[in-house]
Amino acid sequence: MKTYYDPEDLKKFGKISEFQPELGKKFFDYYGHVFKEGALTAREKALIAVAVAHAVQCPYCIDAYTVDCMEKGCDEEQIMESVHVAAAIRGGASLVHGVQMMNKYKELSM
Amino acid sequence: MTKSLKALGHELTESEKQLKLLTQAGLTPFHQKLDDSGLFPLQPTQMDIFQINVGKMCNQVCKHCHVDAGPDRKEIMTRETMSLCLEAIQKSGAHTVDLTGGAPEMNPDFRWFVEELSLLGKKIIVRCNLTIIVANKKYHDLPEFFKKHQIEVVSSLPYFSAVKTDSQRGEGVFERSIRALKMLNEVGYGVANSGLILNLVYNPSGAFLPPSQEELELEFKRKLKDRYDIVFNQLFAITNLPVSRYLHYLVNSGNYEGYMEKLVEAYNPMAAANVMCRNTISVSWDGYLYDCDFNQMLDLKVACKSTHLSDFNNEDLLNRNIIINQHCYGCTAGAGSSCGGTTA
Repeated sequence: MKTYYDPEDLKKFGKISEFQPELGKKFFDYYGHVFKEGALTAREKALIAVAVAHAVQCPYCIDAYTVDCMEKGCDEEQIMESVHVAAAIRGGASLVHGVQMMNKYKELSM
Repeated sequence: MTKSLKALGHELTESEKQLKLLTQAGLTPFHQKLDDSGLFPLQPTQMDIFQINVGKMCNQVCKHCHVDAGPDRKEIMTRETMSLCLEAIQKSGAHTVDLTGGAPEMNPDFRWFVEELSLLGKKIIVRCNLTIIVANKKYHDLPEFFKKHQIEVVSSLPYFSAVKTDSQRGEGVFERSIRALKMLNEVGYGVANSGLILNLVYNPSGAFLPPSQEELELEFKRKLKDRYDIVFNQLFAITNLPVSRYLHYLVNSGNYEGYMEKLVEAYNPMAAANVMCRNTISVSWDGYLYDCDFNQMLDLKVACKSTHLSDFNNEDLLNRNIIINQHCYGCTAGAGSSCGGTTA
């Protein structure tokens, strides 16, 4: 293998069941149900998925859910806004810890 | 792209080259899928719609056009061939006549033909690209002309934004389309209880499948009303078929294999049972008969004796086997696709 990530591997996702069929089946059943139309629309779920894909930095998920968003009628502006939501939460999660840093700093300062 | 593939002398204008490319991909043959669904050989159910391509001339050069239409295309249906159409329509018993092109309005005999068709009492659909209405002063009265003949107008608008529309249909097309839609609304098209039907067509601006027609229609209605105060009746979500310029786009952008795999994976037997070629006959500018507009562009004439309007035989046509090939996966993917939107 020349690289850690191969786009062709995305199509083989289902094959993870080969090594553990029971858990694999449970996962994919669950996965399928999660993305069905529910209290949230399938389109809203696709936008959440593409945002999370960026937060967890999974190239397979980014490819898969960008296509999914497009096939659910989302345009580039909407998809990018969802990526910004991920970025804002990630950035905010770092920055909110600044309070902890400030607390410690003040604790040790005269 | 400002010229048709034909004007550029591109090899994909040859139907044999397109068919070779489509069958070389190593995917499950379409006839096998149909056979598995109990639909092979595919046969017509009835003759409801007479779809007439009155010419390949168009004021636009859209990237996905399966007709390879454009200003440089000179193939135009003559009044003589239109007269043969009128005779055949009466023999066929079809209730709807669907006029397409190119931009059908650019045919010099378009208005004469519509007037003659009106006398037959058939429902008339015109596939209007919108921009033709504002392209030249002589077309500005088209909304009134459509209204006079109670024509159902079906128009492409790939998205409610300029970026996506223009990337597919050409620079400035969105702005001109909005102007034309306002003109259609002004005479009553798309307005509730006016009886004047204005349907829009969405097709993906790229190598992906269309979204849910119902959801997209709601979003189109909301956005077009809020942003431009435009109303319309229905939205048809159509899948792009790998024929002519769209096939060229797929190959050039490196999306051909992935797109074909996607179409095959998304095969839906329900959609296959309702494909439009089962109740439609397609007529070319020179009077030949085809199972659909896509087969027409691939030069796949109907498989029966009655291949031209001059020897139109309804019974012969109804008993034919429909010619299929790998491009047909485009009509059977997901929720299905036809000139009237989804089929499953």
